[in-house]
Amino acid sequence: MSSHRSRPERIGRVLLILFCALVFAFLVLPILAVIPLSFNPGSFLVFPHDAVSLRWYRVLAGSPQWTHAFGNSLKIAAATTLIATPLGTLAAIGLAAMRSRAKVPIVAIITAPLAVPVVVVAIAFYFLFAPLGLVNGPAGLIVAHSALALPFVVIVVHAALSGIDFELLRAAASLGARPATVLARVLAPLIAPGIAAGAVFAFMTSFDEATVALFIAGPEQRTLPIQMFEGVREQVSPAIAAAATLLVIASTLLLGAAELLRRRGERLRVGSTAARSGE
Amino acid sequence: MPGSRAKSADPRRRWWPFALVAPLLIFLLASFILPVVLMLSRALTDRELQTVWPDSAAALRHWHGNGLPPDVLAQRVAREMVAARRNGTLNRVANRLNYDMVGSRTLLYGTADKLLAGAPGNSVAALARIDPRWGRPAIWAAMRHADGPLTSHYLLAALDRRLDKDDRIVGVAPEQAVFTAIYLRTFKISALVALFCIILGYPVAYLLASLPERRANPLLILVLLPFWTSALVRTAAWAVLLQTDGVINSLLQAIGLLDAPVQLIYNRLGVYIAMTHVLLPFFILPLYGVMKGISPVAMRAASSLGASPLRAFLRIYLPQTLPGVAAGAIIVFTLALGYYVTPALVGGGADQMISASIAFYTNQSLNWGMAAALSLLLLAPLLLMLLAGRTLARAVPA
Repeated sequence: MSSHRSRPERIGRVLLILFCALVFAFLVLPILAVIPLSFNPGSFLVFPHDAVSLRWYRVLAGSPQWTHAFGNSLKIAAATTLIATPLGTLAAIGLAAMRSRAKVPIVAIITAPLAVPVVVVAIAFYFLFAPLGLVNGPAGLIVAHSALALPFVVIVVHAALSGIDFELLRAAASLGARPATVLARVLAPLIAPGIAAGAVFAFMTSFDEATVALFIAGPEQRTLPIQMFEGVREQVSPAIAAAATLLVIASTLLLGAAELLRRRGERLRVGSTAARSGE
Repeated sequence: MPGSRAKSADPRRRWWPFALVAPLLIFLLASFILPVVLMLSRALTDRELQTVWPDSAAALRHWHGNGLPPDVLAQRVAREMVAARRNGTLNRVANRLNYDMVGSRTLLYGTADKLLAGAPGNSVAALARIDPRWGRPAIWAAMRHADGPLTSHYLLAALDRRLDKDDRIVGVAPEQAVFTAIYLRTFKISALVALFCIILGYPVAYLLASLPERRANPLLILVLLPFWTSALVRTAAWAVLLQTDGVINSLLQAIGLLDAPVQLIYNRLGVYIAMTHVLLPFFILPLYGVMKGISPVAMRAASSLGASPLRAFLRIYLPQTLPGVAAGAIIVFTLALGYYVTPALVGGGADQMISASIAFYTNQSLNWGMAAALSLLLLAPLLLMLLAGRTLARAVPA
């Protein structure tokens, strides 16, 4: 960007910044606006005037439905993470070491869960699991969420691998390390931030997932998103704002941490590559 | 150096990468690809008659004619109708035939009960004495359409079409013709949401890409924050804000833009607002990635050769960003087509997208063939879009 800008250019730049400020406000304000609404002492969906109260948070904490749903979501998301992270990490390592031509069909299969509309995914799982009796237990939901989370794990870990020098692995192997040892002792520490970020993505994919859960979760497996969906359907109260606030904070903290991990990994790798190539 | 060591390191000859990918591929094939294919296959298969009335289904396929069938066929139908009524499976055939010919349910149950009571059913004429509808071609055509194993019934129904008694494709009755309208609505909403994302997102991606990273990163967080927050939570936030007595209406009244609250939710406006908000980061982030990769050299060259900034932007910069615009717009459009939660929560009851129809046939009417056919039609244009996107990305030099 040159510093010598003509007058129309400067005006254009100001208009651009103004327009973008409005779009940023549109993106962020609705999410932030829910936070003060949740501290409302009354039952109205307006900003609290004179007093703030934790009333609606107490309502959530005292409701067996909300706490049960929260526990279910934690369990299912944890199980999803445990399945998707190792599977996705191994596959990402395999993909990174593969020639590009073999990659294309494999990448297509791995990213298919992202391309298929989520409602189609939901009924596909429902039609499969309903006759098998998996609709009422957590197993069906865990398998479905793992399939949805896998592409994210592969993408994140694969990106973390992009700067890895596979000569290091070959060196370790030529020194007599078994392949499993090479993976665990040489490669895993190098991409640990990427794996951690992938695990967070897997966890949040399951924790936030509503559509598939709405179709295949039985009454005993109600998750937080189902509880939230039905809450909004029945009556939009400040309790919804309180639940939304908690979820916004949780996902911002977790995914913010994942983003930092990812960038840290990127910087480390870029640093080492730059040093090697003498830049 | 093509020595033996170099050869063993040749990526083509390594087997272990495939071994590492295999567990995931097996998992996805079993837990994702297989369910989707099985589900879609329900749109094309018809097994109710074959399963419950195997003899009749075989005879129907053998008959292959129009009008009224031979008496042998009527006899088999009568026998299997009675048997199915006795062991409680008549329901399945009755439901299936009812999709093709309204009133088949009562016809089958009424006839089966009379046959059980001793009425003769050994010919078409005998059945027609029980109910005159057996003497007309329509019910026999409905059975022939359902004789399996493949059917066009569900796909045609999803396009508001059906086969008539002479196997011609005709439109369904006007009061049943709903799906074309719902598909058009779904495509229109998704296309407009993609357009809104282009209008709002392009300048933002451009600004982010034109700033030095130190200043772009804090702004990028404003895009990532909604990206990290789940679609459901953001939809819930809009449901809270857009209420008639909610914050936005109060605000608009306080600053004097409105005299009385307006309906912002449970209609199309609510869907556009919430879906654009939910999907906008999916447009900005890939476009930002593309814009970051564009070298400023060509733009500088254009201005130094005397092109006006606007002309340089339109002729040099814009074409280079089109693959990013196409990629982002396709992602938004694709995601919007299949969205269920957001339209269900902020849309109007009579203004739903195709996902609501799919949910209805899955959970309430239990017509899985119909749910599968609607899904198949939803997927078909998506595949075309993805192909188009790829071709477009390749045609435009990045």
